[in-house]
Amino acid sequence: MSYRTLVTDHSYHARQFRSRAVFAGFLCLLLLIALLVRLGYLQIIENTHFSDLSENNRIRLMALPPNRGLIYDRNGVVLAENQPTFHLELIPEQVPDMDTTLAALGKIVRLSEEDLKRFRLALRNRRPFDSVSLRSRLDDEEVARLAANRHRFPGMDIAARLSRNYPHGKDVVHAVGYVGRINEKELETIDVGNYRGTNYIGKTGLEKYYEDDLHGIVGQQNVEVNAEGRVLRAIDTVPPVPGNDLVLSLDLELQQIADAALGDLAGAVVAMVPQTGEVLVFVSKPTYDPNLFVDGISHTDYDALSHGDYKPLFNRALYGQYPPGSTLKPFIGLGALDDRVIGAHEDIYCNGYYLLPGDDTERKYRDWKKEGHRHTDMNKAIEESCDVYFYEVSRRMGIDRIHDFLNKFGFGRRTGIDLLGERSGLLPSSEWKKRVHRKVWYPGETLISGIGQGYMLTTPLQLVNAVSVLASRGVVHQPHLVREIRNNQGEYSEIIKPEQTTFKLNNENNWNLVQQAMRDVLHGTWGTARLTGYGLKYKMAGKTGTAQVFGIAQDEEYDQETVAKKLRDHGLFIAFAPYDNPQIAVAVVAENGEHGSAVAPIARKIIDHYLKVDGPASKATSVRRKRTSN
Amino acid sequence: MLVGLLLLTAAGLGILYSAGDGSLPLLEKQAIRLLLAFLVMLLLAQIPPHQLYLWTPWVFAVGLVLLLLVLLAGEIGKGAQRWLDLYVVKFQPSEMMKLATPMMLAWYLSERPLPPGFKSLVVSSVLVLLPTLLIARQPDLGTALLVAAAGFFVVFLAGIRWTVLIGTTLAALGFVPLLWKFFMHDYQRQRVLTMLNPESDPLGAGYHIIQSKIAIGSGGIYGKGWLNGTQSQLDFLPERSTDFIFAVFGEEFGMMGAIVLLSLYAFIILRGLYIATHAQDNFSRLLAGSLSLTFFVYLFVNVGMVSGILPVVGVPLPLVSYGGTSMVTLMASFGMLMSINSHRRLLSR
Repeated sequence: MSYRTLVTDHSYHARQFRSRAVFAGFLCLLLLIALLVRLGYLQIIENTHFSDLSENNRIRLMALPPNRGLIYDRNGVVLAENQPTFHLELIPEQVPDMDTTLAALGKIVRLSEEDLKRFRLALRNRRPFDSVSLRSRLDDEEVARLAANRHRFPGMDIAARLSRNYPHGKDVVHAVGYVGRINEKELETIDVGNYRGTNYIGKTGLEKYYEDDLHGIVGQQNVEVNAEGRVLRAIDTVPPVPGNDLVLSLDLELQQIADAALGDLAGAVVAMVPQTGEVLVFVSKPTYDPNLFVDGISHTDYDALSHGDYKPLFNRALYGQYPPGSTLKPFIGLGALDDRVIGAHEDIYCNGYYLLPGDDTERKYRDWKKEGHRHTDMNKAIEESCDVYFYEVSRRMGIDRIHDFLNKFGFGRRTGIDLLGERSGLLPSSEWKKRVHRKVWYPGETLISGIGQGYMLTTPLQLVNAVSVLASRGVVHQPHLVREIRNNQGEYSEIIKPEQTTFKLNNENNWNLVQQAMRDVLHGTWGTARLTGYGLKYKMAGKTGTAQVFGIAQDEEYDQETVAKKLRDHGLFIAFAPYDNPQIAVAVVAENGEHGSAVAPIARKIIDHYLKVDGPASKATSVRRKRTSN
Repeated sequence: MLVGLLLLTAAGLGILYSAGDGSLPLLEKQAIRLLLAFLVMLLLAQIPPHQLYLWTPWVFAVGLVLLLLVLLAGEIGKGAQRWLDLYVVKFQPSEMMKLATPMMLAWYLSERPLPPGFKSLVVSSVLVLLPTLLIARQPDLGTALLVAAAGFFVVFLAGIRWTVLIGTTLAALGFVPLLWKFFMHDYQRQRVLTMLNPESDPLGAGYHIIQSKIAIGSGGIYGKGWLNGTQSQLDFLPERSTDFIFAVFGEEFGMMGAIVLLSLYAFIILRGLYIATHAQDNFSRLLAGSLSLTFFVYLFVNVGMVSGILPVVGVPLPLVSYGGTSMVTLMASFGMLMSINSHRRLLSR
């Protein structure tokens, strides 16, 4: 059969074909219409639904975390700032193979075991499509390397963040504190919405106390993102409100001088302005670097800090409770005078020990000076720190009147400083003993309380607060570290003026008597701190004290090598100056510093600097050991 | 017909520009392919049908050999053996079979008495199944489907009896579970399951379909405007310059655009069928009809897949999707249609 015969043939076939073709054509049209119906369903009926989905795809609500407020010292030196840092983050949903990605990233940047552990933990507790931080604080070189290799790692992001930095961290950490990553417990207490996008929260110190002021208000931004989650542009923005800045009353320079003056000794130095309650110095030694805590401290670092000698993390100024020792004597003396249990010039004879009248055991309450101070009046008793004199006046007052009087100076209760966790110390009374120990108060306990031993405990902060009241003749302040809370525009939004109360003595002249006696501690012929007072261009008033090493809150197992040193007495010194117009009050507690006269030069260095007086070095130095007193 | 094709390809270039993020090199490549394809079409339009008729068995035989070669020594691209490296160009023999199979069947059936008898049907089935199975082995489900469809259309147009047709259809349906179990790859099964319920795996296999539906659905009646489709411009839509290009179109031009585009396709298909019915011999008729209907299958499968009523099979939107070989094949088939059209008066003398 040839081709030609076929084509000319068969009109029947042509007709048959036509009917099939027409049928097929109709079927095609029908199916096309079905497609259109489907499209119509998607595009018209379901349009709103899909438009919403499309918007959701496209728009993502991003939190704009506010910049945390800065912290300045009283002279405008920055103590806490926000430093731009780069962090390596991954969005797990967009990472094709997590294990190989992590391995490959580990060749580009340093990833420690701890980084990986933290990352895997964070992987489990997060919302879908949230980015998870893998490494924080990348250095410039690492950022450059990552940026160059970005295409190899879908889902990777180099996030620029502001990280908290403490330029003078070690010097001020016990006051300023530090921020750290928000933990689960904190998540329960904070307004989670306001902390979206924020990684840090105040953990201790002012950073914690003023968290609400420092944090600010979170902002929001609707951004258009592509399928990889990369932000293309912002659609609308509610800017965040930065946190307020804190201006402290703390003086960094003074703080550093106090720190240096304490040297290797563990202890605390607190100084404040008697007229205002402003805290100038807030030192606790040893100290540590708060920057270690910001992005999570490593276990080794933390162990070193928490288990090391003298526990650097322990804030001695705030939590350390020490027997005040002889530093309590001016307050007892003032109480005795004002209660008229003793006259200003009334003599008590000290022959080196004291016998409690009516006590059949003939127990001797010894003076630190074996041979005794002989004839002793109030001025001499304070100047030379006579114990027998204070045994007698304490006996005359009785514990409860002592309690009531000392209470006015803030002993035994929290000062209300703007830091959390302050200890209240202990101011005993017969009622207290009955309540806590279920025992009666023994008269002998009154005697040792009168020289600041026994149950009595004070924190360094309480001590300086009490000195401040003494210096300002009965004006009681809440000590405070923050002077001003400034908003971000630099307008002064709030100047902190804590409440001030004043109490009067029965005889206001008694202030003078005690202040004079304290002046003579430094400037009298036999003053216990006369070596520190030597060559002073201004008049200082003070009182030395020694606390026996027991009853300290934080003592625990000692290192064999440090036992000897650790068993030495604590040296205390309180002071205010100038004597006739007090501008600064100081309390120093040096653990194992042996005696108050040995730590008095520390106070002098601070006061010298604060009063801008550079006198010749005093004869006494903290290194020189003096005989000990009780 | 030429006008329709030109309009369609022009529209295609416009959408491709949008889908390819305004990439000019991409557009340039496509334009060159189009030019090439048009040249092939014009070339084929010059070849009279009886010449084609004579070449048909040889073309088919060469195609089969090449398919076998691919299976033995083919290049692997995207996990499937489809490509044959001819050193100059990479070539998909399966594309060639899209034309060769209907040609072969038309050649075979035009010599037999119509409607075809039992023996003819058996032979036809073998002629269709041979290339189909070879292509399905590659595996390339989309092309296999198109080849099978092209062959089937020839048999259908040749006037197979309705009873036989319905009988085999039912038999084939019975064959589906077997196919499912023994002949399909996991990913192919997955595609079907995904089509039935894309939301079951929104980030995995269902992602394409969900994003595609969102793109089309959010387009609404008038669309978001050219270059303004957020789904496509922001990378949410995968494969948007190739198989899923219709979703870009749907998003940017909406329902109205879709009606216009589908009308254009409908015009070309109906025109093809018209040419077929007016052809002068059985071979031309059957070939022209089959090619036109195959073109429709392309369109239907692609749009159906993109709009989520058919499973995802790799079928491009004809003449619009980015890609070389299918474009040339399609244009070649239009070249044949033109040749059949222009030679009918010549032959009717």
